[in-house]
Amino acid sequence: MRARRECLACREKKVMIPLNHYLLLSAFLFSCGVLGVVVRRNAIIVFMSIELMLNAVNLSLVAFGQFLGDATGQMLVFFVMVVAAAEAAVGLAIIISLFRNKQTVNIDELNILKW
Amino acid sequence: MNMYEIIFYFFAFITVASASVVVFSRNIIYAAFSLLFTFFGVAGIYVLLNADFLAITQLLIYVGGILVLLLFGVMLTTNTVNIDIKSGSMNVLAAASVVAALAGLLGGVFWTSDWFVSKQMGELPAQTTSKEIGTALITTHVLPFEIASVILLVAIVGAAMMARREGIKSQIPSSK
Repeated sequence: MRARRECLACREKKVMIPLNHYLLLSAFLFSCGVLGVVVRRNAIIVFMSIELMLNAVNLSLVAFGQFLGDATGQMLVFFVMVVAAAEAAVGLAIIISLFRNKQTVNIDELNILKW
Repeated sequence: MNMYEIIFYFFAFITVASASVVVFSRNIIYAAFSLLFTFFGVAGIYVLLNADFLAITQLLIYVGGILVLLLFGVMLTTNTVNIDIKSGSMNVLAAASVVAALAGLLGGVFWTSDWFVSKQMGELPAQTTSKEIGTALITTHVLPFEIASVILLVAIVGAAMMARREGIKSQIPSSK
């Protein structure tokens, strides 16, 4: 079954790595990001984990786009990068102003919005 | 094992190992610097996928912009009085089981699905992709492109406004 799929992916062209390998790497990166967001308590590490998840999605978009012979996937990645940059700037500004007010970035102690 | 496979597994190993360090490291500085290697590994895989423009953009935006911003965040929020650079984690067992289920689902779907692979999948690598991306950006996808520029402007203004010190008003002489 696996041999057939590899054959499908690398039938004529030089690209030898089948699509599944890229997607599996992307799934691992995404799961790492989810684990970091759920488990870690430091807001900056949570932030880095979000970037990991965005990278995983970008990777799968590029892989799909390449294997479909379409440049639209790469353009979507471009937009994701724009949103990631905006999110990083605004999120870090929020974290820094939170730290200035509460002297902590532990997200368990940042519960002032909780009713 | 040919050249493609060696390069792919090399970059995949870099990415996987450094992503694990990002999530599991107790030291924030180590996490931030291993995020650098994760971005590098993903950029290498972009090159392998013939997305040369995106690989360069990844290095410029992620490594040059976002990572430096994150390091600034680490330095500005680390409590210098009592060294608080370590950061803990909690509810590891429940979280790990949920994430393991998610990873199994994602990996299973990704691995077992019979993805449709186009016949013309080798067409893109013939030349650089920046021409295609640029043409698509200003023809079919011009509205998202403009919206993205507005998003960036709003983000710059918002970040500058929020990160500014509160006491700055008292330093400005009032107009009255």
